[in-house]
Amino acid sequence: MAIATASLPAAPKSPFRRVLTFFYNHPNLTLVMLLLLPMLWMLVFYLGSIGGLLVHSFYYIDDFSGVLQRQFALRTWSDLFTPSHFDVFLRTFSMALAVTLASAIIAFPLAYYMARYASRRMRGLLYLGVMVPLWSSYLVRVYAWKLILADEGIISWTFRSLGAQGILDAILAIPVIGGRSLSFSFLGMFLVFVYIWLPYMILPINAALERVPKSLIEASGDLGAKPGYTFRKVILPLAIPGVIAGSIFTFSLTLGDYIIPQIIGNSAPFIGLAIYRYQGSAGNLPLAAAFTVIPIVVMVVYLLLAKRTGAFEAL
Amino acid sequence: MNVKNTATSIAVHLDNVSRHFGSVRALDGITLEIEDGEFFSMLGPSGSGKTTCLRLIAGFEQPSGGKILLHGKNVVGVPPYDRDVNTVFQDYALFPHMTVAENVGYGLMIKKVPKPDRERRVQDMLEMVRLPQMAGRKPSQLSGGQRQRVALARALINHPSVLLLDEPLGALDLKLRQEMQIELKAIQQRVGITFIYVTHDQEEALTMSDRIAVFNHGKVEQVGSPAEMYERPATSFVAGFVGTSNLLQGEVARAVAGSSAAFAVRPEKIRMCPPETPVSPAECSLLGTVRDVVYLGMNTRYLIEAEGGADITVVQQNLEATSMSVLTAKGERVRLIWSRDFNRPVIVD
Repeated sequence: MAIATASLPAAPKSPFRRVLTFFYNHPNLTLVMLLLLPMLWMLVFYLGSIGGLLVHSFYYIDDFSGVLQRQFALRTWSDLFTPSHFDVFLRTFSMALAVTLASAIIAFPLAYYMARYASRRMRGLLYLGVMVPLWSSYLVRVYAWKLILADEGIISWTFRSLGAQGILDAILAIPVIGGRSLSFSFLGMFLVFVYIWLPYMILPINAALERVPKSLIEASGDLGAKPGYTFRKVILPLAIPGVIAGSIFTFSLTLGDYIIPQIIGNSAPFIGLAIYRYQGSAGNLPLAAAFTVIPIVVMVVYLLLAKRTGAFEAL
Repeated sequence: MNVKNTATSIAVHLDNVSRHFGSVRALDGITLEIEDGEFFSMLGPSGSGKTTCLRLIAGFEQPSGGKILLHGKNVVGVPPYDRDVNTVFQDYALFPHMTVAENVGYGLMIKKVPKPDRERRVQDMLEMVRLPQMAGRKPSQLSGGQRQRVALARALINHPSVLLLDEPLGALDLKLRQEMQIELKAIQQRVGITFIYVTHDQEEALTMSDRIAVFNHGKVEQVGSPAEMYERPATSFVAGFVGTSNLLQGEVARAVAGSSAAFAVRPEKIRMCPPETPVSPAECSLLGTVRDVVYLGMNTRYLIEAEGGADITVVQQNLEATSMSVLTAKGERVRLIWSRDFNRPVIVD
């Protein structure tokens, strides 16, 4: 067709345009530009520091001089695997496991309600309700809980006012999880952990459930499945990736936390707290580094197991 | 509560059924009787209430008023898992985390059919829908047409008394859709199950159905066989939705047929002749000018602006015409002639 394109003046090629054209013709270079900064960050700051930790865990502190010996040795690792440290591992893993299970059990119904039943407005309000606590300081919230759980706090007060002091006392008398008051017990610490990490469980479960089309649930019922069967065979398997994603948050965050065990509970060391003390007041950096490797290894094993169950295939 | 065959030969009876969503009347008091073993289509544009009607029969929704009887038993308030009805969904709704065999065997698993028996029936069903090699695949590894077959097998394995199909071929390309239409009809005749088929595609409904109900604005406009629907449309909507029609009313109708009552005439019934052609008393006629010509290969569609302001569509077979000869018709004066017998009085919606 004879449209008069020839008479239009050729667009002047500005240097900027030439650069754009260059990148258009070299897509691999564009990709390098895109990933350069994040890759550098990952390598230097993330993998670099983890590598540094690993190397440090093979150094040791000289027993007599207390001076860091930068030589390869397994002494630090044999120090790590002593009975008192096993207590720390057991305590931390039990707490992380309990917190994860409780979070999943509390989060699932709420996430399900948000994904399936809530109106658009209600869903917005619930998202806000889940997110708002994350905008305030973690420390402030933990200290607030210290007051809530204290002997003079609202929970004890409620039990006393209802004349149910005996029940609270009975709970606190339970060995291991009980204590002088809620704020000095593992039970109290468990409550605070669940409170702090719950949003990290709700959001991924909700995201997974929102991806389950309503027609799948209808199809299951249509084929004769009662609601419980549909839940076990259709909804839960499809929500599992979300539960696992959430559990990775709650589990690893509990494993590494060193603030809550310091403020709530009876000062019994957790892994995070042990690391904090060894690298700080005790000045044993190699042992702190070796301690750090434990949660990393646990999480890697957990992710591999999760992968094996096929939890990531449905994503 | 499994409502299997009783004495009645009516599979589904909808009695003055309504479904309101707030102030929207998705279904506005419809009454229908669907016979046992019938291929029954619900045809209508989107938003006409046909899918709502299907969902009410399946039990996914409950009616705002009226009764739904499956083989004589009122099922209002009965959940889907207690109804002897299965559904093929528009998006197939295959379980993505299960294999094809697990999807098809899902209903039998719920009924706790022993594993060897279950596997045999799943294999039989997959052979019927011509997918015997696909048992171990996941739905994501199948094509659209294959998923459609799996959805059909999964619904049929339970031997429901009624199978509901919600635009099951909507996502397939034309060629595959036409193949599946023939196959669906053959499967229906083989298994003898009542099929209730929702579609907005009139050709699909005409191809497969024993009877069709045309839906519009939450009401049933007409129920009848495909031939009745095409040859004797009751309303102007049916005349226009099932095939195409020329609607003549008012002054033009009076000039042509002697009465201002509205009537419809099919485009293929009209002959296009030179203006001076004589007209017999048994025929109707209109003078006009050809405004547009669309060459469709097998036939040609003409748009004629008739005297009196009516736009008339005429379709003619390209018996001896070629694309060159038909396209020169544009702008010509013509006389349109058709037999009075083809005038179908209709109610104007």
